[in-house]
Amino acid sequence: MLTTLGSFVLFLRGMVTRTERFRVLWNRTIDEAILIGVDSIVIVSIVSAFIGAVTCVQIAYNLTNPLIPQSTIGYMVREMTILELAPTITSIVLAGKVGSSIAGGLGTMRITEQISALEVMGINSTSYLVLPRILAALLMFPMLVILAMLLSILGGYLAGTLTGVMTAQDYIEGIRTDFIPYNIVFALIKATVFAFLVSGISAFKGYFTTGGALEVGAASTGAVTNSIIAILIADFALAALLL
Amino acid sequence: MIEVSNIEKSFNGTPVLKGISCVFESGKCNLLLGGSGTGKSVLLQCIVGLMKPDIGSITFDGTVYTNSKIDIRQEIRRKIGMLFQGSALFDSMTVAQNVEFPLQMLTPEMSPEERRERVEFCLKRVGLEKAGDKMPAEISGGMKKRVGIARAIAPQCTYLFCDEPNSGLDPATSIKIDELIHEITHEYNITTVIVTHDMNSVIEIGEHIIFLHQGKKLWDGTKDEILNATVPELREFIFSSSLVRAAKRVDEETEGGMAAFAEESESGGGI
Repeated sequence: MLTTLGSFVLFLRGMVTRTERFRVLWNRTIDEAILIGVDSIVIVSIVSAFIGAVTCVQIAYNLTNPLIPQSTIGYMVREMTILELAPTITSIVLAGKVGSSIAGGLGTMRITEQISALEVMGINSTSYLVLPRILAALLMFPMLVILAMLLSILGGYLAGTLTGVMTAQDYIEGIRTDFIPYNIVFALIKATVFAFLVSGISAFKGYFTTGGALEVGAASTGAVTNSIIAILIADFALAALLL
Repeated sequence: MIEVSNIEKSFNGTPVLKGISCVFESGKCNLLLGGSGTGKSVLLQCIVGLMKPDIGSITFDGTVYTNSKIDIRQEIRRKIGMLFQGSALFDSMTVAQNVEFPLQMLTPEMSPEERRERVEFCLKRVGLEKAGDKMPAEISGGMKKRVGIARAIAPQCTYLFCDEPNSGLDPATSIKIDELIHEITHEYNITTVIVTHDMNSVIEIGEHIIFLHQGKKLWDGTKDEILNATVPELREFIFSSSLVRAAKRVDEETEGGMAAFAEESESGGGI
């Protein structure tokens, strides 16, 4: 465990020493941002809209006390979405999509000697291959989380009003009640930390793949499971530290 | 010229290279010959810097490479071109982009127009001027090797390393790849090191051959000398080749088959 952690720290250090030219890094980061961010918009949108919808319907199902106002449903959807569902569920979805892609891509490059080819050319392969992926994830995860927040709250609105469990006015009143702007900051901090964990762990697993196709598959699986565990541990740690 | 001095390398306590010293001469095709598991590829990886030897030093034209500062190592690496066993082409790039890649990364002072001209020149040199827009997955194994050679020579390398350039190729394509490497070596006066266990390559382009056996250098010499070598392990290796065995049989039957065989290869006619 400690050896792996030490290797991970050395891996990250190697990435930031002897970096490539700024223009190369910029172009690579933009390319990766498209793969990580733009290509994930559809899945993040679908997941977050339905999670918002389900949250709204299930809270309405549980809130049967006539003394509790209907606007509480909107309030709870907003709080759950911003504090937990949008950053954590989005990051877990991205761990599956982006994490496996990063680990699989780097693992394939390793076993087909493409990483060795970069090294022989005198190019710092971690700086060229890994740093842009981590920077792109740090850039795109918070943006996707903001999108997820919006769509989740919208999903809750549509589910609540279309199924008739509450009025639009109650829902809007609920989502405007006792709004704390710091919760958004907290969610974005979480998104940034999760971005680093998913991209860093997945890149680490992929970069040090040895063997053949079977091991690339194992690296992808390991990247996803380790990223999800890391997200959940970090989720608890950040909640305990920052709230 | 590359000088390898007393290189040793072990994996988990098992020695793979046992004090190898040799010289790879400039402007020649230097062959690292030996059976599977004799340490040829490990030695090659130590020379190009993909592995660090436990003991020993490697010198490129008088500049010590092993344990030198990162700047010196980087400077030498930029003069190295390498053809990998599986070609190692970047599969997200086209053939032309693969060849252009080292130019983009290593020579930022070149204009896009100059880079394009260089790519066209290199692809033409390896006979692939019409394949520039293809993806690596769309071309054959032999073409991939050619692209690998074009990518290696694009930044005008001083040292060319080839790890089993004939693996997975049919005999005719193998000979063409060997000839291409040989021509390029002489055309640009490159120090070429080729890892192989293919006796065809020895006969075709083996100007300086180093024979490894169980992590040790047992013999070095030219392709003319190798057929008369007295080292038992080398003789066993050479005559395990069915081609050489056939030539030897003809030699015994006709009293001169081996001589004809050597003369044929000397004249560049191939086998």
